[in-house]
Amino acid sequence: MIKLENVSWKVDQFALAGVNCSIPEGKYAVLMGATGCGKTTVLEIICGLRQPDGGTVLVADVDVTRMLPGERQIGYVPQDGALFPTMTVAEQIGFGLQVRREGKERIVEVVSRLAEDLGVAHLLERTIHGLSGGERQRVALGRALAIEPRVLLLDEPISALDEDMRDDMMALLKRVQVKHAITVLHVTHSSQEAEQLADCVLRMEDGSIINRELQG
Amino acid sequence: MASEAHETLGMSRLVKFLKAPWHFMLRLRRDPNARFWFLISLATAGYVLFIVAMLVATAVHSTPGDLLSALQSREIQHSIYLSLLTCSLTALLSLLTAVPIGYLLARRKFFGKALVESILDIPIVLPPMVIGLCLLILFQTRMGGFVDSVIPFTYTVFGVVLAQFVIGVAFAIRTMRGTFDQLSQRPEDVAMTLGCSRGGALWRVTLPAAGKGMVAAASVAWARSLGEFGPVLVFAGATRMKTEVLPTTVWLELSVGNLEGAIGVSLLMVFFAMIVLVAMRMAGERW
Repeated sequence: MIKLENVSWKVDQFALAGVNCSIPEGKYAVLMGATGCGKTTVLEIICGLRQPDGGTVLVADVDVTRMLPGERQIGYVPQDGALFPTMTVAEQIGFGLQVRREGKERIVEVVSRLAEDLGVAHLLERTIHGLSGGERQRVALGRALAIEPRVLLLDEPISALDEDMRDDMMALLKRVQVKHAITVLHVTHSSQEAEQLADCVLRMEDGSIINRELQG
Repeated sequence: MASEAHETLGMSRLVKFLKAPWHFMLRLRRDPNARFWFLISLATAGYVLFIVAMLVATAVHSTPGDLLSALQSREIQHSIYLSLLTCSLTALLSLLTAVPIGYLLARRKFFGKALVESILDIPIVLPPMVIGLCLLILFQTRMGGFVDSVIPFTYTVFGVVLAQFVIGVAFAIRTMRGTFDQLSQRPEDVAMTLGCSRGGALWRVTLPAAGKGMVAAASVAWARSLGEFGPVLVFAGATRMKTEVLPTTVWLELSVGNLEGAIGVSLLMVFFAMIVLVAMRMAGERW
């Protein structure tokens, strides 16, 4: 579950004022809104990369507002994947486990399982140069899933992909969410993605999340 | 038959070759785009030729014997050794200083940032001799005197390194800042969500990607230090076998009228600079 209570944040001319929203456990939520309306900022506040000026962030009923990003157990996939420039695909996926000083065997096991799942097993020894947009997103997804996060935050994971890759990626995202029984917050401006993926749709306007439609 | 055909082919090639300048002139007259690139290439070629002419003129002015006799002088050998040692130390210290400062400037906005950036550029715009004088005066103050009593800087090898460092580091900072500007912060952010501290993310994700920039920063500091003369002379002096570095040697040899010796040492510096340039390029390519 992800819950924002009265979250506010301001820098220069841009402000989020009293953002409230709640995403139930294990649901796939899609957050929509115009470009530059603060969707990415909301994701960054949830995963702890930005400190809100006021309000509370709850993840799985735990107040994480003052926690460091690494303590929140949140998987974050920013736009374009933001892969690590000098690492191989295997090193990227195993990175979180390596930081947590997990054993070598466990890292290898998790990396190969996730790579198999996400269809990037044949890329494990490659560096990121020359990977396609879809492959990059899959690697970034694997990297986030390796730490077994409680929630997954996806920032426009599909919009940069070629038309014919999009359906594949959407199917993959849905499959991953169901398999890992994970709460997902997916940011996009495409209503098609919302229709295909969302259990609930959140809409962002004028610096706050104003409306919430539950489907099904 | 075959040889005849071969000959005809050779002839037609020759004709083509002879006609090439004519075709080129025609193209220049007709195509304004070609004229533009021709003029720009001309300017580039002129400048490149100028540099090469300087080096060649210096090189042919001396004989290998001059160079050899310069190399055999004990004073000059010591100056070569001291130059290589101090430049390498300066490059290392510059890199260690430039990485954190460059990172801060690239990643954070803060009050007075423009002022800090201007201050960091002062060693680049200040006349080098003045930097030497400022250093000398700083070490005459009470605090400077205290530091000097712990680690003697004025007129010592440490002073040579400090004088080189002041200028070398300013260039290294510029290079590192540019490097970090080019590297997105997003991968660092992701590393933090995966459990790294900010410092850990810098160490594991960004620094490995900044390898090329670090090589460039160290080499620019090294090359600047090799040629640093004014501040070294004023702050560390020109004592033979003690604080004499290669630019000082050139000056000392010139001042006693030994042009051949000065040229020999100059060529040596050109040689070192080339080696560093090539080595750093190769190291940079491997990243």
